[in-house]
Amino acid sequence: MKNVLGNRKAIALFVVPALVIYSIIVMLPVLWSLYYSFYNGSPGLKWEFCGLDNYARLLKDKNFRNALSVNGRYILITVIGQVGLGLVLSLMFRFWLHRCKTLVRTLVFFPVVLPTVAVGQLFAKIYEIQPNYGLLNSFLDSIGLSRFVQPWIGQSSTALWCLCVMDIWVAMGFYSVIFYGALLDIPDDIIEAARIDGAGSFSLFGRILLPLLRPMIITSLVFSFSGTVKMFESARALTNGGPGSATKSLSMYMYDVSFTYNKVGYGSVIALVIFLICVLGSIVINLFDVKD
Amino acid sequence: MKKAGAFIRGLIIFLVCMLEVYPLFWMLTASFKQQYEWSEKPAYALNSGFYWQNYSDAWTRGHMSTYFRNSLITTLISLVFIVIFSSLVGFAVTKMQWKLREAVAKYFQFGIMIPVAVALIPLFQIYSRGRLLNTRTCLILTYIAFGLSLSIYLVQGYLRSFPDELMEAAVIDGCGIYRLMYYVVVPLMKNAIVTVLVLQFFFKWNDLIFSMTFISDSALKTVQTGLLYFSDEFGAKNWGAIFASVSMSVFPMLIIYLILNRKVMEGMTAGAVKG
Repeated sequence: MKNVLGNRKAIALFVVPALVIYSIIVMLPVLWSLYYSFYNGSPGLKWEFCGLDNYARLLKDKNFRNALSVNGRYILITVIGQVGLGLVLSLMFRFWLHRCKTLVRTLVFFPVVLPTVAVGQLFAKIYEIQPNYGLLNSFLDSIGLSRFVQPWIGQSSTALWCLCVMDIWVAMGFYSVIFYGALLDIPDDIIEAARIDGAGSFSLFGRILLPLLRPMIITSLVFSFSGTVKMFESARALTNGGPGSATKSLSMYMYDVSFTYNKVGYGSVIALVIFLICVLGSIVINLFDVKD
Repeated sequence: MKKAGAFIRGLIIFLVCMLEVYPLFWMLTASFKQQYEWSEKPAYALNSGFYWQNYSDAWTRGHMSTYFRNSLITTLISLVFIVIFSSLVGFAVTKMQWKLREAVAKYFQFGIMIPVAVALIPLFQIYSRGRLLNTRTCLILTYIAFGLSLSIYLVQGYLRSFPDELMEAAVIDGCGIYRLMYYVVVPLMKNAIVTVLVLQFFFKWNDLIFSMTFISDSALKTVQTGLLYFSDEFGAKNWGAIFASVSMSVFPMLIIYLILNRKVMEGMTAGAVKG
């Protein structure tokens, strides 16, 4: 047994190819970004060491601050929306739904598998005002609320909200399925017992379900958080950062800086900031996971 | 009173389902509309006929056929490698006996946390120096590498509960490591492999950031990049063709999901719950 499972040649054969690809394409670039962040210009052309200049620049950069604030608001709204509504839906499925459980979950989960770009294009048409009213505006128009007809993604006051609504629409079914699975793991006896002891819906939720669901809520928060920090594809597809820079995220700003303006060093600094936020945020959320 | 409550609850759930499904239904009806229907009728009106011209426009003039072929090739090839690599590495770090296995497992796990954006700039430089930009190779390599961490982690989780007795019996019967892998481990790992396949299929098929960065040649573009620039090509006014192309990119997902819906839900949520 030991001989077979300790076969060095086989281990090397199993592990080395994957290890090489992974090291070169995933790990090496992270270190490389760190190295780039101390340089100015673009590689090959005027490439010079500049110490911490790129980092200093970050502190004074208005566009960076704007992207940080856009990204921050997006994370806050979207994470709360996705996980919160997911939780509400799962409770509805658990306590209200007696028939068609599979069908309902199948329908609600469906948007998760759609390509982000397709969803973005679809929602762009839903929010459209020119040349024809899109779905939302024509609804508003026909039920007599035409004063609410507006360029939803064409004005900075509503664009970010529209983006958040789209991403919540996509993912709330996903979280509801996760929470529903966790709710099914809670034995009926516990819920019955609490009911007999006179617990109303709210105290049942607050005192019994919430503590039992906490590990799953934390996992979902981390997952939703790390997905929203990266904010790129959905914003690129729906608004392309606009109008102005009202929906321009950190990743999009990084993309512009490094690929449109060719400032590779400065772009790398922004990339590292994204990485740091991702790691720190996950750590902070996990702090709430007190083991008792 | 009780009946009214149940009715209202049912209605709320029905509305939630409608909220998730209606936009897609609307997309489908919109893809069959002719140009004049947009200006004469409200956007939510049903299509008055089935105007298939939109689809043939998208497929030929919009180059959707090329994009589909490219997406299929890159996705399928990278999926094959992701499955092979992740089962081999997953097995080696959970069941085989060697000194560095914990360290290597941790090393692979670290990748789950790395945002794509961090690797993007250096990768672009690497590929441009290696003259790999605008090739399928660079896209496939990137897809494989970024698919490994989570896949290996999922395989590991599955293999931990894999019974050692089975392997012992096979070894006593004279199986070497390769035959053990092929005849015993892989067939019993089918569930884990399907999970990895499903999860990675959707990740790779839906990728935008890598393909729009590394591929600028329109003959090599994938469906996602193609869609993104679609409205430029057709002009913002040809809604019918835009909707047809968006619908087309959704159909494969819809079909896979309807056939495998339980597997898909398990696979996609496993990525979050265990990742």
